[in-house]
Amino acid sequence: MSTDIIIHDQKDNVGVVVIEKITPKQECKCWIMENDGSLNIQSMDEIPLGHKIAMVDLKEGETILKYGHDIGKVVKSIKKGEHVHVHNVKTKKW
Amino acid sequence: MEIPKSFLGFKRENGRAGTRNHVIILPVDDISNACAEAVSNNIKGTIALPHSYGRLQFGADLELHFRTMIGTGSNPNVAAVIVIGIEPKWTKKIVDGIAKTGKPVEGFHIERTGDIGTVMKASKKAQEFVMWASEKQREECPISDLWISVKCGESDTTSGLASNPTVGNLMDKLEPLGVHLCFGETSELTGAEKVCATRGATKEASDKFMKTWNAYNDFILKEATDDLSESQPTAGNIAGGLTTIEEKAFGNFQKIGNCKFVDVLEPAEEPKKGKGLYFMDTSSAAAECVTLQAAAGFNIHLFPTGQGNIVGNPIEPVVKLTANPLTVKGMGEHIDCDVSKILSREMNLSEAGDRLIETTLRVANGRLTCAEALGHKEFVMTKLYRSA
Repeated sequence: MSTDIIIHDQKDNVGVVVIEKITPKQECKCWIMENDGSLNIQSMDEIPLGHKIAMVDLKEGETILKYGHDIGKVVKSIKKGEHVHVHNVKTKKW
Repeated sequence: MEIPKSFLGFKRENGRAGTRNHVIILPVDDISNACAEAVSNNIKGTIALPHSYGRLQFGADLELHFRTMIGTGSNPNVAAVIVIGIEPKWTKKIVDGIAKTGKPVEGFHIERTGDIGTVMKASKKAQEFVMWASEKQREECPISDLWISVKCGESDTTSGLASNPTVGNLMDKLEPLGVHLCFGETSELTGAEKVCATRGATKEASDKFMKTWNAYNDFILKEATDDLSESQPTAGNIAGGLTTIEEKAFGNFQKIGNCKFVDVLEPAEEPKKGKGLYFMDTSSAAAECVTLQAAAGFNIHLFPTGQGNIVGNPIEPVVKLTANPLTVKGMGEHIDCDVSKILSREMNLSEAGDRLIETTLRVANGRLTCAEALGHKEFVMTKLYRSA
């Protein structure tokens, strides 16, 4: 039952890498905490432990959902399986 | 797991219980640090608490200074206190505040005596206090005598996934047993503030929270330059995968589990509404926050970390936990409770919560924390604005 990625909430469009790293083209197993669901995703990038992966394609201006809540906006479009971080997402607050 | 109903603590004159038995040498102001440190060097088993402030402060900032000083001396983890200030008036004010607990406290001022004479007089009294305190024995105390504060630091996404929810699980299990609980970090709830406000136990508590958060946020926006996004999240947070303050806030907020807060406290304010969870208006800097919570009377602290914050406190033991396996591997000497198996799903949240309760009780009973063994004694006063 190895898990590569944990997703907090079913509504989330990002997941968190929980192994040391995932590599491009890796078939990753995801676990959804909220409902004990599971799904698979193929990664596009190398993504280290604790960093986020896009679960769907995301366009500029769209909202990132994690914990089922708004945690910021997309500032550069992101493809499913790509690394999500400060280079493509910014806060809506400050 | 059946939760123990008691721990072994030090019963104090005012009915509170301590998890530690410190004799502290408390300087009123920055220029009395040398004297306080000389006394603690002379008399083994005492701790000096040097800090940077205490002169020419005024208004709410001065009130906070006194509240922090008096609260620190009054904390049940402290058996007795020597207060040393440059002049008699403020020294006496702090002595009188601490004396209300009934514990031994004595003040010394340096003017007209000088450092050397003051060190001699204060050392004699400190020796008397520490030898008296050394005979105090731990006694069985109800678990409701635990006042547990929480604050996370050098967070990463593993904090929100696992170590903060572990603290939340502990809160959910211990709150019904009548403990006091406290969370803070006003600025680090930014993005989750509206969700946090719904967790007030009363409308009054919710409204007070929003008023407090708005005031802090207005202050940040007023002072902010374009470096804010380098401070929140911190470089360490970003390295650990946290992207925005909102993401950090929702992770942070996992620490309170399903509990509701009964009241909102000023910095260093003692809770007055009985058992349960309190929110305290604090900075999100680790040492400042823990110092304020200790001054409010909390006697044990839980500190989840992601990338590995190493903070300690001189009077309140700081128990660290992490879910990040790289942090356990690279800096395990700082970690009291390893919950990294949550990420590999070899441990569930309830098992992690039980493990943290066990660790917390062992520390309450006297086991040293990693931070204590490593000598971390960060005592950092919060200053609200410039002195007059």
